[in-house]
Amino acid sequence: MQASTTTDHAADIDKHVRVYISVFVALMALTIVTVAVSRFHPPVPIAVAVALLVATIKGSLVACYFMHLLSEKKLIYAVLALTAAFFIVLLALPVLTVHDGFWIR
Amino acid sequence: MEIPYTVEVRPDTGLTNGKIGIWLFLASEVMLFGALFASYILIRTGAPSWPRGDTILNVPLATFNTIVLISSSVTMVMAWASLKRNRFGTFRMYMATTVLLGGVFLVVKYFEYSHKFELGLFPSTNNFLAIYFTLTGLHMLHVIGGMAVNAYFWGPGAKLWKTNPEWFTNRVEHSGLFWHFVDLVWIFLFPTLYLL
Repeated sequence: MQASTTTDHAADIDKHVRVYISVFVALMALTIVTVAVSRFHPPVPIAVAVALLVATIKGSLVACYFMHLLSEKKLIYAVLALTAAFFIVLLALPVLTVHDGFWIR
Repeated sequence: MEIPYTVEVRPDTGLTNGKIGIWLFLASEVMLFGALFASYILIRTGAPSWPRGDTILNVPLATFNTIVLISSSVTMVMAWASLKRNRFGTFRMYMATTVLLGGVFLVVKYFEYSHKFELGLFPSTNNFLAIYFTLTGLHMLHVIGGMAVNAYFWGPGAKLWKTNPEWFTNRVEHSGLFWHFVDLVWIFLFPTLYLL
């Protein structure tokens, strides 16, 4: 949302507010799903996959709607794309170290 | 000297300076938490055994805190939306609720930490607790920082609304972006530490 949208019609803002409420309900539901799945004590790989999938969905909802990433400028996307690339490398480094024969060790 | 591009957007970026500034800051925050998450993966995969979080940590309390933090994100965005609707009174109510919910989160965390210390569980006890206290401690510092900024905009900082409402609205949006980021980090911390 840019400063120029301060003059947005009240109806537009009302629409945004309805979306925020829907996202809130979705986030609550997904929190319950995360806890409920963990209660069944699934095998670790499945538990990790489900937990990360649900967390990614929840995180995306927060970023897209509460942080208004759906309607941001290209420069913000460029900054985040660069950050995401470095973030993936950062997370990949320890994963690569656990296998013999890789280029790290 | 007047700060440039607080309300009108810069022609080259298409953004206000505050907006690009907060996103660059958040990018650095992603790398900060990313480094700790990478450390967590490295320590966990290298350990001969690793405890399930729910055998040591209090899942119901953490679930409650997740609900609290998500709710505070909603009240934060509603505070911003209230300013967009020119409803300053409603803004203050939502902003106060956001700060209050941040306080509830910290109180719950205090009880969680206290209980661990009573049981003799410290960061030095084992690697799981070391990474748990480091990640949640750093996150707590962010909650405290966010609360301080939000409390400022609720209180003395709100004077700007009278002289330059658009600038004030933008500032609240930027503090909101930080607050949502803090929520987003917790969304990943919760399952990683407590449920896996």
